[in-house]
Amino acid sequence: MGKSPEEELPRRPSGRISVPHTGMDLPLDLDLTRRDILKIAGYGSLAAFIAACGGTTTTTTTSVTATGGKMSLGSYLSDAVPKKALADVVTAFQSANGGTKVTLNTVDHGTFQNQITSYLQGTPEDVFTWFSGHRMRFFASKGLATPIDDVWNAVKSNYTEGFANSVKGDDGHVYAVPTSYYPWAVFYRKDVFAQHNYTVPTNWDDFKALCTKMKTDGLIPIAFADKDGWPAMGTFDILNLRLNGYDFHVALCTGQAKWTDSKVTAVFKKWAEITPYYSPAFAGLTWQQAADQLVRKQAGMYLLGLFVSQEFLAAGSQADLAQLDFFPFPHVGSQYDAEEALDAPIDVFMMTKKSPTLSSDSGQAKAFMEYLAKGSVQTQYFAEGTGAIPTANDADQSKYDPLTLKAAQIVSKAKKITQFFDRDSRPDFAGPNGMQQFLLKYLASPSSDTTGLQGQMQSFWDSLGPE
Amino acid sequence: MARTTSISPAAPAPEAGELVATGRGRYHVLTRYDRRVLAVMVGIPLLLEVVLIWWPVVSSIYLSLTNWDGVGDVTPQNFVGLKNYQFLLSGGYFQFWPAVAHNFIWLAWLTFLATPLGIFFAVLLDRDMRGTRIYQSVFYLPVVLSLVVVGFIWELQFSPTDGFINNAFGLVKSGNIIDWLGNPRINLFAVLVAASWRHVGYMMVIYLAGLKSVDPTLREAAKVDGANEVQIFFRVVFPVMAPINTVIVVLTTIESLRAFDLAFIINQGKNGLELLSILITNNSISESTRVGFGSAIAVILLVISLGPIIAFLSQAMRTVRS
Repeated sequence: MGKSPEEELPRRPSGRISVPHTGMDLPLDLDLTRRDILKIAGYGSLAAFIAACGGTTTTTTTSVTATGGKMSLGSYLSDAVPKKALADVVTAFQSANGGTKVTLNTVDHGTFQNQITSYLQGTPEDVFTWFSGHRMRFFASKGLATPIDDVWNAVKSNYTEGFANSVKGDDGHVYAVPTSYYPWAVFYRKDVFAQHNYTVPTNWDDFKALCTKMKTDGLIPIAFADKDGWPAMGTFDILNLRLNGYDFHVALCTGQAKWTDSKVTAVFKKWAEITPYYSPAFAGLTWQQAADQLVRKQAGMYLLGLFVSQEFLAAGSQADLAQLDFFPFPHVGSQYDAEEALDAPIDVFMMTKKSPTLSSDSGQAKAFMEYLAKGSVQTQYFAEGTGAIPTANDADQSKYDPLTLKAAQIVSKAKKITQFFDRDSRPDFAGPNGMQQFLLKYLASPSSDTTGLQGQMQSFWDSLGPE
Repeated sequence: MARTTSISPAAPAPEAGELVATGRGRYHVLTRYDRRVLAVMVGIPLLLEVVLIWWPVVSSIYLSLTNWDGVGDVTPQNFVGLKNYQFLLSGGYFQFWPAVAHNFIWLAWLTFLATPLGIFFAVLLDRDMRGTRIYQSVFYLPVVLSLVVVGFIWELQFSPTDGFINNAFGLVKSGNIIDWLGNPRINLFAVLVAASWRHVGYMMVIYLAGLKSVDPTLREAAKVDGANEVQIFFRVVFPVMAPINTVIVVLTTIESLRAFDLAFIINQGKNGLELLSILITNNSISESTRVGFGSAIAVILLVISLGPIIAFLSQAMRTVRS
């Protein structure tokens, strides 16, 4: 695809910039160099969402779409709420696209992820659900995904530059259509905070003081669950971002920084200050169980993705959901607080390469991808409460519930946005026998010396083959 | 088959068992038809054996010398020699030796607790007590369930806050929650309780079948000679049951080497539940796709498994010969 326009820009002037989705003007004092933008682009970050959203490109409709016929879709959306939401979108697409017959194959989320490599090399469906970031670029560079630059040309006017960068492979081609994203933040119940006269903490000391107070009030201050292994990475990410900044996160995820770095030690030290406030027996709890502690007013706060709202819908009621609110992770008093960084993973749809039906279905598959890029479709999808935010510019914000609207705002305020540890780093490091295990090991005795653990992490990283 | 054959000159339609002259003046014991039948009867199992067993074994060994990531073809650049093994055995992969240890703890637990308990139940149920059929069914019921279902059932018992055990003993209310599934010091034993729940019934049924076939006159003779129940079992019944005992030992060993399902259901085999089979899966079948490295672990598990397999085969052949 050659050089994209933003690569040519030596420097972007700082100033104010308007943020789509929110209709707000934000002060922008980012001093982005070409290198920075390249890094962001290469990193699949949403950060450029803020930095570069001014640039709208001319729309060229060159995509070869087809109506009628058939196509197939492989989905990992196996939880009840998103599964039904996608099925509804598919039904709507079928009637909108001249009766295209869509075969929807839903696979258990974890299984789908575990088998993705053999799935994509075997006989996959035409289109599949996946994640942006390193995880998308990995399969793109292995030649297991079809570039969809033509689809992107048709829909890119509906996306900000940040999203455009998030779906680019290492070769500069576009490989995915982003359909949703969600921020990680500290969730709480408004009624519980009102009942005890708690105020939302903005700095580390207030945060810890609030934890102490909650404990004396008989609450679990911070709900936490790590039987699944990945939730702990969310806390690691945010502490690392607050203490060491976005660039260090990038360096750590890509192996340029060492795990033995004292900056990592600092993260573990800081983390140990709040682990005493965690749910008892958290290593044996699933995230749903910890979310239930929040629903049932047993716990005060919970650092998780916006998808925690799904559990409020499933375990609680609409009234419980109305009480759900959140705040960004408090500042820790470092120079990187100003980045307001957070994890906001983007979920995408991609086209496979080896689907046996792709040659005949490619037009329908592309039509489906374009359909998913419509704001109206995305708002319909998220109207069912899947705990994520639409990505399209023309998504009707008046249809957002207050929680989604606030989530969109908190992301737009962030100057640096990361995906999530397991989307930003290589999967063999982030998996159950890597990072997940290391963090569980750390959490078993958080206050002990982490030098040995960090050494193990580095030697494990060093043992991984070339990618 | 009779090995003695009379040498006779080639007949137009030779009988089975006769030597048949071939074109170059050699003789065959079998007719052409016999040879075809034999070729089919040996060839099909051999083909299956090669395709389903030897080919995977050889390719595992081959892949274990590479750092192949499961995508595309294996290229010469993928070859790393014995680096995977070196890394594993030197303890560089921090989960390898714990996994080996957990497999052996699994083996020891089943051998010294679960299997003897199953045998004990079998002996009790063999004594024509009232309701023996009901007890048999009750103990055997878990065997009918798949290990995945067993895993879910026991997860519900062990779950720290919602689980039956912690709630039944009031540990949730009093705030002394025991983290059966998340504490790496105890979760292996929690899983072993679940595994035993199934294993005991399995062993019981096999042993019970064996006990039924023991000649009752042996017991009566021992009783007449003044032996008590314990003596009868250990001195008379147990030695007679030698073939069944071998089967029990082999099954117990196999169960502990292939242990996978329960630990994987509970937390994908991390945090104290590492097992060799899970390390293989997590490395080579998961998203991480370290197929070469996972194959090296698989080869090590194969070597460990060869011990009991050889022991079993030599025992089985000895039994056949005698």
